Amino acid sequence: MNIVVCVKYVPDAQSDRSFNEADNTTDREGVEGLLSELDEYAVEEALKIAEAGEGEVTVVTVGPEQAVNAVKKALQMGAHKAVHVSDEAIHGSDAAATSLILAEAVKKAAGDGTPDLVITGMSSTDGVMGVVPAMLAERLGLPQVTYASELTLHGDKVSIRRDGDAASETIESTLPALVSVTDQINEPRYPSFKGIMAAKKKPVETWSLADLGVDAGRVGLDAAWTKVTSFAKRPPREQGQLVTDEGDGGTKLAEFLSAQKFL
Amino acid sequence: MAEVLVLVDHAGGKIRKATAELLTIARRLGEPSAVYIGPNAETAQVTLAKYGAHKVYVYDDPDALEYLVAPQTEILAALVEKTSPLAVLIPSNAAGKEIAARLAIRTESGVITDAVDVTAGGEGVETTQSVFAGSYTVKSTVTTATAIVAVKPNSVAIEPAPAAGEVEKVDVTLSDAAKAVRIVESKPKEATGRPELTEAAIVVSGGRGTGGDFGPVEQFADSLGAAVGASRAAVDAGWYPHSNQVGQTGKQVSPQLYVAAGISGAIQHRAGMQTSKTIIAVNKDEEAPIFELVDFGVVGDLFTVLPQATEAVKKAKG
Repeated sequence: MNIVVCVKYVPDAQSDRSFNEADNTTDREGVEGLLSELDEYAVEEALKIAEAGEGEVTVVTVGPEQAVNAVKKALQMGAHKAVHVSDEAIHGSDAAATSLILAEAVKKAAGDGTPDLVITGMSSTDGVMGVVPAMLAERLGLPQVTYASELTLHGDKVSIRRDGDAASETIESTLPALVSVTDQINEPRYPSFKGIMAAKKKPVETWSLADLGVDAGRVGLDAAWTKVTSFAKRPPREQGQLVTDEGDGGTKLAEFLSAQKFL
Repeated sequence: MAEVLVLVDHAGGKIRKATAELLTIARRLGEPSAVYIGPNAETAQVTLAKYGAHKVYVYDDPDALEYLVAPQTEILAALVEKTSPLAVLIPSNAAGKEIAARLAIRTESGVITDAVDVTAGGEGVETTQSVFAGSYTVKSTVTTATAIVAVKPNSVAIEPAPAAGEVEKVDVTLSDAAKAVRIVESKPKEATGRPELTEAAIVVSGGRGTGGDFGPVEQFADSLGAAVGASRAAVDAGWYPHSNQVGQTGKQVSPQLYVAAGISGAIQHRAGMQTSKTIIAVNKDEEAPIFELVDFGVVGDLFTVLPQATEAVKKAKG
């Protein structure tokens, strides 16, 4: 089984995230970055599948120079090889352009075909739109089974469990397919010392847009179908009234609700 | 006037509130047309017309609902081609965002998800989103001919505006590819009688501080007619279902009132509730970061504070 996992290098959510004043894009240099936490679940699930049978896991990322750290972390966890697509023309790409680049990278990584399985996280932790998996499936012409909290392979089919609002569903698709996984699906492993040492010898290929045959005019800020026209920091919420419960905390809470016309 | 398509979110013909909100927003941009997929279109048509749908496009082949996302995408893509709408508005839930994503690629249109406001701009449809855990407000313009926008629930107050609601059948033959993914089993969740989390005006959430006992949280929620949410810590511990999780990897809610009980307020949680209008917290630890956000906070044990508040609310409501 040939599995490709798509991952993203994102600004650390614990840090002070912001935008570039010049072009309204996400600031990826002024803050610490890391492998998006939600993508660790995708890497872990791919590794579990590979370990259970015959399989090779390739990790693909698109991003600036430091984004290579995202795939390195995945290699340390146990992925077999990695691809980093990097090109100055990519800066400012929207989700649609990103999915175009990823689609070509996935095909090339699979030896100009389609892998049996493409696995992604449910969304990034910076943009959080959660649209790239669906866009990638559309570009690759693959069925998509998203938000998996459980994944089972049987023969040429994949089935997942999805916990929706109204029901818990079992969803089945033929292979090849694209699956996105939630943070409920597994417990991602920490890279072991052995894993960290082994990762140093694993191949990381760096591809440009030209390597993928993607016209630079189709990606980047100027080609984006949407553009951020302004951004503003929300004024921090001002702390309101704080009371310490001295036996009447609940009553005071209800009085506040009443004063605010919630009752 | 330009046509604006609204994908109807419904349960067996019963229109969800989010759809009425989308129709209200659509009227600012142009002439709303509802796109209804599924049986019982007659029931739905009345409500859709009431909220301003000039046309109701109906695709009633029950097949469409057995498969995921792809049929809706194909039906909408056919309508986009036919009507060249200014915008397609879709509810910003998990399925809605995926339909928006696939439709965007198929029709080469710009897409925005999680919009909290949509207006007609000079250079195209303008949207507002809250990003980075609600710490920034971002305005964007969709520069393509058709804008595809997934709009969050509770983004606008519903206003009725009766229109014709003229029914027009849609004839699309679904591709085999659209039928590759099938729902083979669906176990309905037990109905709680509480409002849906993302649509509720009031949400009461419990976290680690409940120690697994959500009783006081649920009783307080019920006294207020509120939905019940949970922090990631509570969900990871198996105390409450994942579908009730509020936060970055769960639901993003923006109710009139949000009550956090026994929740410390980590960034993961704040990402899901920071844009709520009024925030109340009950926590034993006065250093808990959740208190930085609150309009009213009680430093105390939720197991004594909430039951007392529940009684007081019941009494006040008579």
